[in-house]
Amino acid sequence: MRNILAIYRRELSSYFVSPIAYIVIGVFLAISGLLFYFGTFGARGLITQVMQYRMQAMQSGSGGDIDVPFIIIQQLMGFAATVSLFMVPMLTMGGYAEERKRGTMEMLMTSPITELQIVLGKFFAGLTLYALLIAPTLVYNLYVAKFSDPSFPWRIMWSSYLGLLLLGSVLIALGLLISSLTESQIIAGVGTFAIALFLWLINAFAPSTGTIIGQVLQYLSVIQHYEEFTRGVIDTTSVIFYVSLTVLCLFLTLQSLNSMRWRRA
Amino acid sequence: MIEVDHLSKSYGKGHAVNDISFTVNKGEILGFLGPNGAGKTTTMRIITGYLPATSGTVRVAGFDVAEQSLEVRKRIGYLPETPPLYPEMAVSDYLQFIARIKGVATADVGRRTDYAMEATGLTQRKDDLIKRLSRGYKQRVGIAQAIVHDPDVVILDEPTNGLDPNQIIEVRNLINTLAGEHTIILSTHILPEVEETCQRVVIINQGQIVAMDTPKNLAQQRTHSARTHLLIKGEAEAVQAALTSIEGVTNVEVSEQAELLAATVESQTETDLRSQIAACVIGSGFELYELRTETLSLEDVFRQLTT
Repeated sequence: MRNILAIYRRELSSYFVSPIAYIVIGVFLAISGLLFYFGTFGARGLITQVMQYRMQAMQSGSGGDIDVPFIIIQQLMGFAATVSLFMVPMLTMGGYAEERKRGTMEMLMTSPITELQIVLGKFFAGLTLYALLIAPTLVYNLYVAKFSDPSFPWRIMWSSYLGLLLLGSVLIALGLLISSLTESQIIAGVGTFAIALFLWLINAFAPSTGTIIGQVLQYLSVIQHYEEFTRGVIDTTSVIFYVSLTVLCLFLTLQSLNSMRWRRA
Repeated sequence: MIEVDHLSKSYGKGHAVNDISFTVNKGEILGFLGPNGAGKTTTMRIITGYLPATSGTVRVAGFDVAEQSLEVRKRIGYLPETPPLYPEMAVSDYLQFIARIKGVATADVGRRTDYAMEATGLTQRKDDLIKRLSRGYKQRVGIAQAIVHDPDVVILDEPTNGLDPNQIIEVRNLINTLAGEHTIILSTHILPEVEETCQRVVIINQGQIVAMDTPKNLAQQRTHSARTHLLIKGEAEAVQAALTSIEGVTNVEVSEQAELLAATVESQTETDLRSQIAACVIGSGFELYELRTETLSLEDVFRQLTT
């Protein structure tokens, strides 16, 4: 535990002494803020769309009303997930690649700590940074809550954040795994992004949801499960899906570190 | 303290290390000498537990490197070829981190960090970021991280690599101050380093040990004859005759050098003929300008053994 904490603390502080954390958090907030603003108040934003819908509904005298706070949260959390897809690889690409390049990996692996402690320390440092990254988006939700009518669906907001955190943990574990396979940060970053994007869109490759393959691909899509959370549903299947994917990536990272001893010339 | 027993390491078809055995006693400084690619780094990496051996065993302080790796790692301080530094960290923060992961008790972390900085002359630079330090200071930080947890064994892979002559002397002095408290293995391909710091030398070539002894013995054993070089003013034939007449001299060569004569006198190793030679030269009425004996240096031994 002490060793995990030592790795965790060093890792987290190194994010903040290098510009990388500030750049990633800054860019994340700028993009998600812009998307939130224009997606909500812009010329083709949700508010305008809702107005038009209500106008049409009034003229034709049919159709129910829309839960505006709900769709705003859903849209916002969708943006946050998409921007995460682009930003997390930049956070994780250095994880092991840079340690290997600098030769500090050799130091860690000749220290009286286990590979598992290294893996966990790094993973939780990444997850903490990710939590700090998404935390400021709460402000948008609180802003919506202030003007919300009908009353703000807090439950949906919290379940969405749980989903976002679980999604983030998959991305971080995946990113660190890829980073452990190479000495090049660029390869680690691009590789992580490519694989994450593939998992994101995998359900698009599904021939149809009727077939077995279709169902499997549907199940493997990381964004498909996320949508459950943004509808306020905390589905055990989805939680298990994210947790098991994270654990799988961490386990493979552990194997990758072990194999370093055998591979090294 | 360290027992290496029939250690081999192969990559694919080739042997990086082929059946080497040696021991290092407590408090001793062992020099690990060999040309680049001889297997020095590989051997050190196996001792530190970074690489597994193909066959053979290594024991450090009684613990098997393969079986009780964590116990061994607690007792070893290791400076790889490139010092393992985090450039964005301050010196004291970095050393505290190392102390923690090396298993120093939380209460002792501060004290051990101060000690390591004191020993390596880093106290003045404790708040500097590592990336702002010169090469020599970075190397000191590297050595500091190897001793911060007060290990029994310190392994230094080319500790003076890439340093300027002044820095080399500083690092060498530092290593000498560490001796006694710690058992040290240091690798190098710089020979004076070994002559000045190590009590024992292992010369390794193409993965095999080719010699193992004290630096002095190694140099002496390889010397079959002693040579004395002279610069004399006189006549060549007369000089030749005079020098050959000295008892114990086996061969004399004389050649002209500018205005003078250069003579090389060979004799048995055990006998020191300098005073007899000097007396002979003066007594025969020649003028003596220079007289020096040649002993085989470790450098010559190294070249003989590894080429």
